[in-house]
Order: sequence, then C-alpha cells, then structure tokens
Amino acid sequence: MTSAPTAMPSDTGPDAGADAQAGAGAAPRPPRAAVRVRRTGRMRPTGRLRRTALPYLLLLPALLLELFIHLVPMVMGILMSFRELTQFFIRDWSRAPWTGLRNYELAVDVNRPVGEALLGSFLTTCLFTLLSVGLCWLLGTAAAVFTQESFRGRGFLRALFLVPYALPVYAAVITWVFMFQRDNGLVNHVLHDQLGLGGAEHTFWLIGDNSFWALLTVSVWKGWPFAFLVVTAALQNIPGDLYEAAALDGAGVWQQIRRITLPSLGAVNQVLVLVLFLWTFNDFNTPFVLFGKAAPEAADLISVHIYQSSFVTWNFGTGSAMSVLLLLFLLLVTAGYLLVTTRGRRHDDAC
Amino acid sequence: MRRTRAAAAAVTVALLAAATACGGGSADSGGGSNTAPGELTYWASNQGPDIAADQAALGPELKKFEQRTGIKVKLEVVPWSDLLNRILAATASGQGPDVLNIGNTWSSSLQATGALLPWDAGNFEAIGGKDRFVESAIGSAGAAGKDPAAVPLYSMSYALYYNKKMFHEAGIEKPPATWDEMVTTGRKLSKDGKWALGAEGSNLSNNIHQAFVLSRQHGAEFFDAAGKPSFDTPANVEAVKQYVDLMAKDKIIAPGNAEYDKNQSLQDFAGGKTAMVLWQSAASSFTAHGMKEGDWGVAPVPVPAGGTPGTGRNTNSMVAGINLAVFKNTDNIDGALKFVKFMTGDEEQKILNKTYGSIPPVKAAQSDPAFAAEDLTVLRDTLATSAAPLPQVPEESQFETTVGTAIKELFADAAAGRPVTTESVKAKLTKAQQQMPN
Repeated sequence: MTSAPTAMPSDTGPDAGADAQAGAGAAPRPPRAAVRVRRTGRMRPTGRLRRTALPYLLLLPALLLELFIHLVPMVMGILMSFRELTQFFIRDWSRAPWTGLRNYELAVDVNRPVGEALLGSFLTTCLFTLLSVGLCWLLGTAAAVFTQESFRGRGFLRALFLVPYALPVYAAVITWVFMFQRDNGLVNHVLHDQLGLGGAEHTFWLIGDNSFWALLTVSVWKGWPFAFLVVTAALQNIPGDLYEAAALDGAGVWQQIRRITLPSLGAVNQVLVLVLFLWTFNDFNTPFVLFGKAAPEAADLISVHIYQSSFVTWNFGTGSAMSVLLLLFLLLVTAGYLLVTTRGRRHDDAC
Repeated sequence: MRRTRAAAAAVTVALLAAATACGGGSADSGGGSNTAPGELTYWASNQGPDIAADQAALGPELKKFEQRTGIKVKLEVVPWSDLLNRILAATASGQGPDVLNIGNTWSSSLQATGALLPWDAGNFEAIGGKDRFVESAIGSAGAAGKDPAAVPLYSMSYALYYNKKMFHEAGIEKPPATWDEMVTTGRKLSKDGKWALGAEGSNLSNNIHQAFVLSRQHGAEFFDAAGKPSFDTPANVEAVKQYVDLMAKDKIIAPGNAEYDKNQSLQDFAGGKTAMVLWQSAASSFTAHGMKEGDWGVAPVPVPAGGTPGTGRNTNSMVAGINLAVFKNTDNIDGALKFVKFMTGDEEQKILNKTYGSIPPVKAAQSDPAFAAEDLTVLRDTLATSAAPLPQVPEESQFETTVGTAIKELFADAAAGRPVTTESVKAKLTKAQQQMPN
C-alpha cells in the first residue's frame, strides 16, 4: 500500500505553498509561466484587473447557485411561515394574510393536537436518529476493520457491501415494502414460518407499533454502507508501521483496534457522524416510500410529518413554521457538535 | 440522499418560478389567451391498468381530434399518487397543462385556488350546454352556488361484487342487501382461511368513501350546513365504528387487510380468498387478475335494515368519477374548449367510458347498449338514484387525509387485537377534526 504520500497533511504540502505565493506574483515559476507573466506585465492595468477579478468570476456561478438554491428559498420559507397560506392563496402567496407568530404558536403549543403531534413526531425522530446513526456507524466501522486485511474475495465483499448505497432509493425501499408485508412478505415467512419466532400469528410491520423497527431496519440497511465507505478510506491513511510497531511490542488485534485504529479515525468519525445525523434526521424518502403519505404514529418521522402538514392538509404556512423550527434545531445541534468536537481536536493537537 | 437534494432543488426551482410568476402578476383575468392556438397539453389521470394502457387508449382519440381541428395534443398520463401534488405545483408556479383530469372529489378544493377556469353559462354553451350532463355528476364538480370548476368526464359508483362460486358452496342464494344480512352472511363465509369481505384499511380515500356512505346512512354529515367540520358527532362515530367493526367485532374482514392500500383486496377477491368487495367499476381489474365474466355478480351496496337504496339514509355510494378542467391561464382557450367539447361529445363519451368500464356522465351517451350489461346497470342505477357527492367544500382534500388516517389507525388497532370502542373512535375523529386548518 502506498499510503504515505496521502497521509501527509495537505496544508503543508509543496503545492499549497506554491499556489499561495503565485497569488502574490513573486513565486518561482516554471519558465513558460514566467514568460506569460512578463508579457501581461506590458498591459498592466487590465492584467491586474483580470488577475484579481478572475477568482471572483470563477466563484460567481457557485455563489449564484447558492443564492438561488439555498438562500432565496430559505428567506421565502421564513416569510411564508408568518402567513396563513392555504389553498386559497397558493396561486399568489404574497397575498396570503399576515398572521404574525400564529403558525409558530400552533406548532409549539403541545396542549393542542398540531403541537402535540409535532412534539411526538420530533421525539420519535430523535430516538430513531440516535439508533440509526449508532448502528450505521457500528456496522460500517466493524465491516471496514474486518475487510482491511487482505483476503480472498475481499474486493467482491467490499463491492457487495456498497450495493445498498448504489441502489435507487425508491426501488430498494419498495422491495422492503414487499418483504415486510404481513401475509406474503419474506420477513414474516422467515421469522415465523421458518425460525418459529414470535408465535404462529404473523406480525404487522407496516402498520402499528412495529413500523418503527421496520423503518429502522431499512434506514440502517441504507445508511451503513456510507459509514463503511468513509471508514475504509480513512483506514488507508493509517501508516502500516504503527501496527507493525505495536505488534512487535506484543499488542493483540483488539488492542491494536482500540489504541491505533479508533483514535486515528477521530476526525473522520466526527464528520461521518454529523453527516449521518443530518441525513437520517431529515430523511424523507425512506418513510415516505415505506408508509405512504400517512405514516403510522410509531414511525411518524418529522420530515414526513411536515410534508403532511403542508402538502397534504394544504396548510403551507404552518408547514413552513415547522420547517423553520426544524432548521433552527439542526443548526443548534450542528453548531454545538462542532464546538465540542473541534475543541477536542485542539486539545489533541496540543498534546 | 442525492434524490432528496435533487427534489429539494426541483422544489426550489418551482418556488422560484412561482415567485417570478407572481411578480409578473397580470395573467389573472377571467380566461386564458390564444397566443398558441396550434397546441394543447393534457394531463390525463391514470385510469387503466397502467400508464402504457392509457396512452394506447387515448392516443388514437387525440389523433382524431388533431385531424378534425388541426390542434396537436401533447398527452401526459399522471399516476394517481402524484396527480394532486402535480396539480398543486402547477397551480403555484402557473406552469401547468392547458387541460387536465382531476378526481371529482377534489373539485371544490381546487376550485378554491382560483386556478381553474370557471364553467359559466358561456363556457358551457361552447361545449353544448349544461343540460347534457347527469345532475349528480355536475354536483360533484364544484361548490354549490358557484360555477362548476370542471366538467364531468367519467362517472363511477360503488357496488357490491361477490364471488358466485363461493356463495354457491356456502349455500347462500343472494347477496346481502342490508348490513345485518352482510354480517350474518359474512360469518358463514369467513372460515378455513377465507374471508367474507375485502377492505383497504391503509387506503385513505377508500376509507373516506366507505365512511361517507355509512355516515349518510346514520343520518350524519362530516361537514355541517355552515361548512364547518363535524367529524366527531355521535352519528359519525357510530358510522366509522360500524365500518371498522366489520373487522374488529364481526370478524368478516381479514386482519391483514388493515395494511392494504394498493388494491390487494381485488387480488384476494380474484384469487378466491375473499368473497365480496365494495368497489367502483372493478370489472376490468378482475379480468386482469384472471377471472372470467360471469364468475362474479354485482349488487347494490347494502343499506340499513328494512331499506332499499335511495336518497338520504339509504344512500349507498358516493358519486365517484373524473372531471375535466381547464387551467385559467392557458394560452389556447379556444382550443381547450374545443378539446373539452370533443371529449364530452356523445361519440367520444361512448368510446372512452366503454374502454374504462365507467358510466358516461353525458345523458345521451348512456343509452348505448354497451352500458346495459349487468355490472353497469347496477352502477348506473346507483348513480341515478342513490349516490351522493362527497362534501363539496374547499377543505375536502384535508378531510380525506385526516379522517382517512384516523380510520387507518383504527384498522391497525383492530388488526392488532386492540379494542375499538366508541371512545377510541371518537378520540381519533376529534383529533382529526382538530388538525383541520382554523
């Protein structure tokens, strides 16, 4: 494995330094570039303008897209959340009556059905996310560590692990729907008919309380290959000498994992868990395809709940208010998480 | 994940389009313009077994229209599950088709958006007059006292379909005409892994249709005279409980039906697992699942003891069907009217309704002998004498979701063996009512 070059921190690499100096214009450059610099030097004003404007010009498309794809809709969503936006006004929402904070009051008042249902859905989502992210991380890391050693069929196994990640979400989840069906589904066939678990009566997975576990199963099945992919990539960056040295000192496999592998994954894990958290918390496709537009109470994830509040009951104002609240929550969690984890890293660096 | 992102981006673009459309803001007058007279876009709802079947059925008819008028029709068949969202997106963005199909129960909800062309006397004149249509079908095309928001295209009603062989084997001579008979007959049929009646417990619309009829039979309404929701009145609670009790107490519906929402009950019926289903225009689905005509019989949906199907407490179906609407901001208003006239013409009505096994809402087309078969006679008589339109209120769409979900949850309770009581039904309906806007 030629892992050494990639292991080098990039910000101290020779390329980065050259780039920075080239920007200042006094860098030692290959001859051809130097000629070009001299030539542009003759018409200095436009040249300098071009050189200073170019980075911004190159950034412009990304900035515009960011503006139109994220900022404008976000601002519109916030504006909508202060209006009574129902079917009477969707053709021209700017005419919808201003209601101040009423939509927010409706969303957070847990003594009334809308707020109560939102809170229930929020708590369900928190528990679901916690379990799903935890299991995804655990499975992904275990599989990555397991396939780190070279053995026959490793490539095949790795490819196989990534299948859920590569499948179109809709097709994959629909297959799960068939498997979870009570009377003809594979899950009950295996659990009840072949293994004899849970009695003779078949279990309902798509309605009622068990729907939570069905949803969790599909979510983990869909999510862990990403963890596997990221951790596998990160493992390539751990220098092999560390393990060799540890082995010489008499460290066993488990000690190597605990003392070398896991600590070296720290930074990657922080990003991985954050990304998994955001994806899982906001996942819409899985519950929507699994349960349709009216999810069972036990599996009423917040994204579908908000969708239902806005698009199915046509109460877009309240739906927008819920979305804004959700956004605030996710921002807070993310900020808190980053604060805690980066402080930890600084501490590491100091050691 | 990537799909979510893409969807988010698509929504964003749609919202942006909406914003700019709003900014332009002058396309708000009565009808569309005629700036593109040579072309029309038509969103057809998925009526046949699949989308390809619809394209095959409609294609030749649209060609016929093009040959007569020179107007080319671009057809898009939209699956049911997407249709309402697509219409809402088109309404918000102003970038919709010229002509489209809507489920007739959505008429008032969509009418409230103001995006559909109102069918005033003048517009009706352009397609041959309002009197050509059956009255109950016009009644399900918009709120009372307003110009209809759409024109009826296909009509359907509920009927009781029963398996003749299973009835014969159980020694039952005629299909149940009342709910009491349904329960006694049903108990005879529900044994040895077979069940008397099929249901679609997770299908919100179907739940609503059944609950609506039973509510009528208990003398109740889901919306009061002022148009306010009255979901949890004692009579409505009784009606919903009666329906769920067919599984919970009477045990003539298989518990597994609680999770059905993709017409699995029709498959069970065709496969001889259940003896009866309450359905609208099911014949073509049965033949698609391998039944032969004559294997099943058709009877009116049961009514309360001692009654015969009629109006009021003996209502036994909702007025089901598909309407044809025109987007107000079309750039080919004359062409759109011509197209509606063509589709609702006597000749096309016969062709299209024969294809789809529905009843023509146009009176003159009903007399065709094709609509006098046993199945269709029951459906036609039901439509003419004992069907009522679902509440024509702007909140109809929300009603379908909230009450439909409540019934889905009650079926889930029944399937899991949890008790379904008057209190639990009332609690669910009260919650549904409180989720309605305002």
